[in-house]
Amino acid sequence: MYRYDEVDHRIVRERVEQFRDQTQRFLAGQLSEDEFRPLRLMNGLYVQRHAPMLRVAIPYGHLASHQLRKLAHIARQYDKSYAHLTTRQNIQFNWPELARVPDILAELAEVEMHAIQTSGNCVRNTTTDAFAGVAQDELLDPRAYCEIIRQWSTLHPEFAFLPRKFKIAVSGSVEDRAATQVHDIGLHVVRNEAGEVGFKVIVGGGLGRTPIVGEVVKSFLPTRHLLTYLDAVLRVYNRFGRRDNKYKARIKILVKAMTVEAFAAKVEDEWLHLKDGPSTLRDVDVAHYASFFIDPDYEQLSANPPEFSSKLAEEPAFARWVERNTRLHKRAGYRSVVLSLKKTGVPPGDISAEQMDAAADWADRFGYGELRVAHEQNLILPDVRESDLYEVWQLAKSQGFATPNIGLLTDIICCPGGDFCSLANARSIPVAEAIQTRFEDLDYLFDLGDIDCNFSGCMNACGHHHIGNIGILGVDKNGEEWYQITLGGSQGSHTTIGKVIGPSFAQADVPLAFEKIMTVYLEQRAAGERFIETVRRIGLDPFKERVYAKHH
Amino acid sequence: MQSIIKDGQIVQDGWQILRADAEGQYPAVAPDVDVIVPLSQWLADKASWLARSGKTAVWLAPADDPQLLAADLAALPLVAVDFPAFTDGRGYSLGRLLRERYSYAGELRALGDVWVDLLHYLWQVGFNAFEIKDGKAIDTALSGYDTFTERYQSTHREPVPLFRRRVTSL
Ligand code: HEM
Ligand code: SF4
Repeated sequence: MYRYDEVDHRIVRERVEQFRDQTQRFLAGQLSEDEFRPLRLMNGLYVQRHAPMLRVAIPYGHLASHQLRKLAHIARQYDKSYAHLTTRQNIQFNWPELARVPDILAELAEVEMHAIQTSGNCVRNTTTDAFAGVAQDELLDPRAYCEIIRQWSTLHPEFAFLPRKFKIAVSGSVEDRAATQVHDIGLHVVRNEAGEVGFKVIVGGGLGRTPIVGEVVKSFLPTRHLLTYLDAVLRVYNRFGRRDNKYKARIKILVKAMTVEAFAAKVEDEWLHLKDGPSTLRDVDVAHYASFFIDPDYEQLSANPPEFSSKLAEEPAFARWVERNTRLHKRAGYRSVVLSLKKTGVPPGDISAEQMDAAADWADRFGYGELRVAHEQNLILPDVRESDLYEVWQLAKSQGFATPNIGLLTDIICCPGGDFCSLANARSIPVAEAIQTRFEDLDYLFDLGDIDCNFSGCMNACGHHHIGNIGILGVDKNGEEWYQITLGGSQGSHTTIGKVIGPSFAQADVPLAFEKIMTVYLEQRAAGERFIETVRRIGLDPFKERVYAKHH
Repeated sequence: MQSIIKDGQIVQDGWQILRADAEGQYPAVAPDVDVIVPLSQWLADKASWLARSGKTAVWLAPADDPQLLAADLAALPLVAVDFPAFTDGRGYSLGRLLRERYSYAGELRALGDVWVDLLHYLWQVGFNAFEIKDGKAIDTALSGYDTFTERYQSTHREPVPLFRRRVTSL
């Protein structure tokens, strides 16, 4: 994991002091509301329904156990003893007091954490595959590049006031688990014919009001040119992105308006001036950052040790959990464990201080003191020996972390919605819970298999509903909460935007509509066919007919 | 005369800025004043501006193309960039382009919605003079220079990015 040196510490401390000063001047009336808003947003501070909401960066989802303990402490000390993991691998506190936020930031700085650029019109937290470094299908560990991008984007003097927010995601594996095609910039690690490593650069993806799948602007960028090329893309966006209408200000709109070819040509032109300049990465530079991400001292183990296999055979509930909530590791005899934050009755992604402390202890005891936050809003223990899984399962159960539903319909990705967010059209949390309750029967849920379900409380799409196999969007009809359902969306290497099936539903009717959709799937699926595959094959009509059929 | 910040000090300054009025008309400029004129006015009639006894400089709006000024830069006593709103970050790219692409070495001044919290970034991308917005303190604005004692990126002030300095010093 990356460790701060003296300079990193100093920069974060200076940012805390700057923000403390800005907050004091605001409270003293020297900064107006309009002046303070962009400044506080750039430090992750929204003002919401109940209180400010503070979003803390978890760079590319990497967390050390002592950092998680600090987050637990902050949740207890400054908030209501819980927090919320977001779809961009960050963590949010819903109830801090504005005047105490600088103190929270100072506490975070002690453990090499901050809230820099977690909101506002600037480059946001860089995200990547939650299984980076341990995934079986990894081509190249993306984390050194993520850290290089994190540093480049932190307080970049030229790009502090972009037309709109800017999100970068990096993927280094065969299967894209970082949603790179719906980011402002998506980077895929690839090898060219000569075996050289580089990036495929995708620009202009994004969800929100205008969902667009990003397009390739450069099919192979040698890694040493990463930062000069990013500078070129950002400069073109900074200068030419629209600033007159915030709904048309994302880079995706600029790319569409210019056409991807013209945009790519403009970037190329800008890049030629920057290429081979001082920001060019030398091998030693990359090696310096990569040195923070070398493998821990894994033991030589064999897969499926007898104590593990026998427990699997004896206890179906354990086998079920292993099937859904663990992933194969690049090293034999290890697995990555996904701690589910999708227990029925708890808002998706919410985590209590007690759970944080417990997970931090397990990371130390069973792993190497590291955890990951997945963009699906779950927590991951990346390195657990298979022989320890039974014990980890029991501990996870005791903390309400072991719902065996990862990747299933009830593993709902969900924004905070109307209970917390002042932009919401509708609440999301109670509806997500009603769906989870409806599909609580595990045999039924397992039979339905892999289904991504995504839920947003308004068209800002914080819950990525467009790329859910089944998506729900809160809409407002004359002041009432209604819900629109989309089908056929998907993330990953074949990102697709889902289609709306028809008129929206009243809150009470959403679970029933879900049930009808699932019944059509079960009737129609071919052997071994996943939900999304059936939807792709038979189209939306059979689902529409069933869901909107009149009762006689 | 007004106070501005230049090269890290508060100094008196006599430049006037020519801006269009609400109807888009430009007021007449006396021949002996030092004036900063918009790019469009400069390009429309360089010769008459230069024929005056007062000095003439040019300011760029965020959407202006600095390349249009490239040929004149060596002879201009001052170039300014306007920030109509502090959240409009285009001027930062213009600053870098003027310094790094077009090698402008003279006074580069930030105008408009400019105050202490922006000074550090503006300085890093190449500005060396700042007209602090009316109503904002100028004396405390000087502290904005050293809000941060280090930065990660290659900038006009420190072209070698931190990652290179880091590895060399290992
Ligand atoms: C409660 C306070 C929140 C507010 C006020 C808020 C506001 C917004 C707005 C206005 C947008 C649209 C921006 C645009 O398209 O340019 C947006 C997008 C987004 N938000 Fe939030 N959000 C909040 C919470 C969250 C949470 C809790 C998450 C994660 C669970 C989240 C994740 C996202 C993501 C991933 C997008 C990007 C969608 C895209 O690709 O366009 N937000 N948010
Ligand atoms: S999708 Fe809408 S309701 Fe949900 S958090 Fe984002 S802005 Fe709020």
